[in-house]
Amino acid sequence: MNQRNPKTQGLAYKRLPRRALIVGGLQAAFIGGLAARMRFMQVEQADEYRLLAEENRINIRLIPPTRGRIYDRNGQIIGQNTQAYRIVMVREDAGDVDKVIAKLSELIPLTQEEISRAKAEMRRSAPFLPVTLADQVTWEDISKVAVNAPALPGVTPEVGMARQYPRYEDFAHVVGYVGPVSDYDLSQITDPEPVLRIPRFQIGKVGLESKQEITLRGKAGAKRVEVNATGRVMRELDRQEGEAGADLQLSVDADLQQYAQARLAGESAAAVVIDCETGDIRAISSAPSFDPNLFVRGISVADYRTLTEDKYRPLANKTVQGTYPPGSTFKMITALAALEAGVVGPGNTVYCPGHLKVGSRRFHCWKRGGHGTVDLETSLKRSCDVYYYDVALRTGIDKISEMARTFGLGVKHDIPMSAVAAGLAPNQAWKQRVHGQDWLVGDTANASIGQGFMLASPLQLAVMTARIATGRSVTPRLVRSVNGVEQPSGAGEPLAVNRYNLEQVRQAMFSVSNNRRGTAYRSRIIADEFRMAGKTGTSQVRNITKAERAAGVIRNEDLPWERRDHALFVSFAPYDNPKYAVAVVVEHGGGGSKAAAPVARDIMLQALYNGTPPLEAYPVADRERIKEQQKRLEGDRRPKARPDEKDRA
Amino acid sequence: MSYLEYAVKSTPTGFRKFLYMNWPLTLLLISVASAGFLMLYSVAGGSWMPWAEPQMERFGLGLTVMFIIALVPIWFWRNMSVLAYLGAIVLLVFVELFGTIGMGAQRWIDLGFMRLQPSEVMKVALVMVLAAYYDWLPSHKTSRPLWVLIPVVLILIPTAMVLKQPDLGTSILLLAAGGGLMFLAGVHWAYFAAVIAAVVGLIATVFNSRGTDWQLLKDYQFRRIDTFLDPSTDPLGAGYHITQSKIALGSGGWNGRGFMQGTQSRLNFLPEKHTDFIFTTLAEEFGFVGGITLLVLYGLILIFCLVTALSTKDRFSSLVTLGIALNFFLFFAVNMSMVMGLAPVVGVPLPMVSYGGSAMLVLMAAFGIVQSAHIHRPR
Repeated sequence: MNQRNPKTQGLAYKRLPRRALIVGGLQAAFIGGLAARMRFMQVEQADEYRLLAEENRINIRLIPPTRGRIYDRNGQIIGQNTQAYRIVMVREDAGDVDKVIAKLSELIPLTQEEISRAKAEMRRSAPFLPVTLADQVTWEDISKVAVNAPALPGVTPEVGMARQYPRYEDFAHVVGYVGPVSDYDLSQITDPEPVLRIPRFQIGKVGLESKQEITLRGKAGAKRVEVNATGRVMRELDRQEGEAGADLQLSVDADLQQYAQARLAGESAAAVVIDCETGDIRAISSAPSFDPNLFVRGISVADYRTLTEDKYRPLANKTVQGTYPPGSTFKMITALAALEAGVVGPGNTVYCPGHLKVGSRRFHCWKRGGHGTVDLETSLKRSCDVYYYDVALRTGIDKISEMARTFGLGVKHDIPMSAVAAGLAPNQAWKQRVHGQDWLVGDTANASIGQGFMLASPLQLAVMTARIATGRSVTPRLVRSVNGVEQPSGAGEPLAVNRYNLEQVRQAMFSVSNNRRGTAYRSRIIADEFRMAGKTGTSQVRNITKAERAAGVIRNEDLPWERRDHALFVSFAPYDNPKYAVAVVVEHGGGGSKAAAPVARDIMLQALYNGTPPLEAYPVADRERIKEQQKRLEGDRRPKARPDEKDRA
Repeated sequence: MSYLEYAVKSTPTGFRKFLYMNWPLTLLLISVASAGFLMLYSVAGGSWMPWAEPQMERFGLGLTVMFIIALVPIWFWRNMSVLAYLGAIVLLVFVELFGTIGMGAQRWIDLGFMRLQPSEVMKVALVMVLAAYYDWLPSHKTSRPLWVLIPVVLILIPTAMVLKQPDLGTSILLLAAGGGLMFLAGVHWAYFAAVIAAVVGLIATVFNSRGTDWQLLKDYQFRRIDTFLDPSTDPLGAGYHITQSKIALGSGGWNGRGFMQGTQSRLNFLPEKHTDFIFTTLAEEFGFVGGITLLVLYGLILIFCLVTALSTKDRFSSLVTLGIALNFFLFFAVNMSMVMGLAPVVGVPLPMVSYGGSAMLVLMAAFGIVQSAHIHRPR
């Protein structure tokens, strides 16, 4: 049927070409529309789309800065960044994740917790992103993994930086520690820097690490990388290096700090050594302490519980955070206030029958029989309480409080450590404000011997002693230099206190530890060039009731530990040309002369001799005992790198 | 004048037929296909595998098929039209029963060396059967209701079957191509006006019913329509592809970002970059200049088809050529509208450029029929 139907027939003859042209025209119009649209997008809106394309492909990644190091005054390292090995796994390279992890756990110790955490992270993140399986891995484990690499697809060892504290317990309270940023940390910072959003980025949690965080952290760098649609980095486009954190040099002498820490061991105690000339803190020890490295890697629940349940409170920084009634160490302030007020002269005497009746209450001297007639020197030397009740009542609390403030008590010292306490030097207005009660004369009597409301931290006591020793407004300095730039000295201006009065008090303090009848005579230094002046203190943590007193005061040794008195001692040396001021507080240690003074003397000698002092500096009778003690402490201090301490605890 | 008179006199015979082919059309097809090879080479990251080389082999096969079909007289193809249509229907039934499921729809028959999409075959078969129908039908009956109903049924049967696969894009193309052919054949415009008015009215009614008491669709159905019409309401799902496509296209600018330098396609932001979105890659790498060049090539193909259609003297040749050109137009118009964000993403490839075997083979076969009409036209 090869018949054709010519279109020359009928109506269609006209219609077909016409309709073909209509359809062709419509098609042309549509093509024109497409071209116009293309022109609009590619010519007029090209810049906007180009920008969007760049945003798509370019990611900005932060380069975490190297944290500043921390040195002691002699350049010994206290806080450093060490290479830390970790094992990471890339899901897409691993194939069967469970099988590979099972194989890996045969080689190196992996906890169930680590495994499940890593698996959860792998499920969340893109398959090509490395997920940390084990952190802080030892070199041996790393080599095991490396040797078995063919059997462990997708598993690779990686090197990163981690904070490490090579002095372990010695600086835990001073320097504190770092840890990964938590949500809580972020909520505390207004407008946090982007670098803090890096997972596991380490910031200072407590102590100097926290207080000097901005200085130590440095500035993050950034690199621009090209990523594909799934976020995989294809190449690095450019990078801008960050700024490493500043190195800090402390005023602390690491060796002295270590000695102090070792000397306090076994007690719940604090010791502070201040350079009288510059205010440099040479040692600031709180015992017991803890290993800050445990916190860097994330402390285990068991370890943390051990620390929190210890009744000696290792986590508390007793040097600045702990406040104690200063007890008799406060008597210098009362004496100075009285002398400045002119109510008493150095030669004037007070009769001590063993008590003083104030209003209807009877205030006792610690010595039941009384000290008889006492002047300023005797009152301090033998720590007579009645003398101070008497002069304080004549001086008035407001002047005493004012004098305390002059010497840095009740004032918050500005040093970069956590929870620095202001202590308390009360006056009438304070009691009215806080307790809504009138100040009573009895309160003045209590305050005059550093009891009652009076509170001071060991640091404040050391500053007070340094100010008495120099007559200058010495302020403590913890950071000596930042990136080699010397920080302002704490030498301070001369105090507005009569030099003659100060000299009287200093002489009396000299008698305390050099006069045969002085309360700290047994803890004297006999090296002539290093003679020490000091003051003992014993502060009550309980009230002695009338019944108790009648029955005879119970000896401290017979009380449970928590109820024993705090032992305190403050001192400066050499007497002629004061170099160091030392304050020691032994919590519930009993008497200051017995528990605190020997410790302060030993630390003072260590500081004065810049190392182990010769036995000749000690009284003859003590030398045998001291020799033993020195040997024991040397032994304690020797092993620096601990044999039981693996990189991975 | 009867057919036999001029047929014997003026139709070329033997290999002389090659000389009488529509050579400009052939060259244009080769150019467009070459642009496709280049882009497939680019999206594979500068490699002939896995796409460019198989595509070239298929194009070679397609050219051969085109030449063979071109050499066979056009009246043979007219006589084969009904058979082709029935064959395509059988294939559609077959794919419904035994087809391979891909992209959530039953579309393929795996022939081993290639995957055959019966809906592609149907596009050409439908044009052929409608052209043959109007060739056979005395032209004064063209607009009579009964004779209008027959082609409508011929169109609706395959459309419904493809819709069921489900392949909305292809079924719309079938409907548009069939309707277009009826218009070309000279069916009275009032029919088209009536259908268009009815459809517009229906759509308007459905949309107006939204939020009223007599709402015709459920809320979730409306929401689906919203996403379909405006993918930007769902930027991470359906909208993601179209957004990335627009970014790629726009960022090409005037000159493009350079061959193999398109970041959007290189870094995988573009989906389906070797198939449906290949025009985006071209526009990204060669810019407005490249995009317009391809558009012009497509336009020229249409023009040379029109030349053939107007120079043939019989209704079948004219209608089948115009129908195939219309099909071709619908292909690239829908694809380009889609990647430019003018139309919803319906999964229509770019003809002769997108990677895909059966679509290209079928198209080349169709152009073979155009060539046959051109060679065997009366002179």
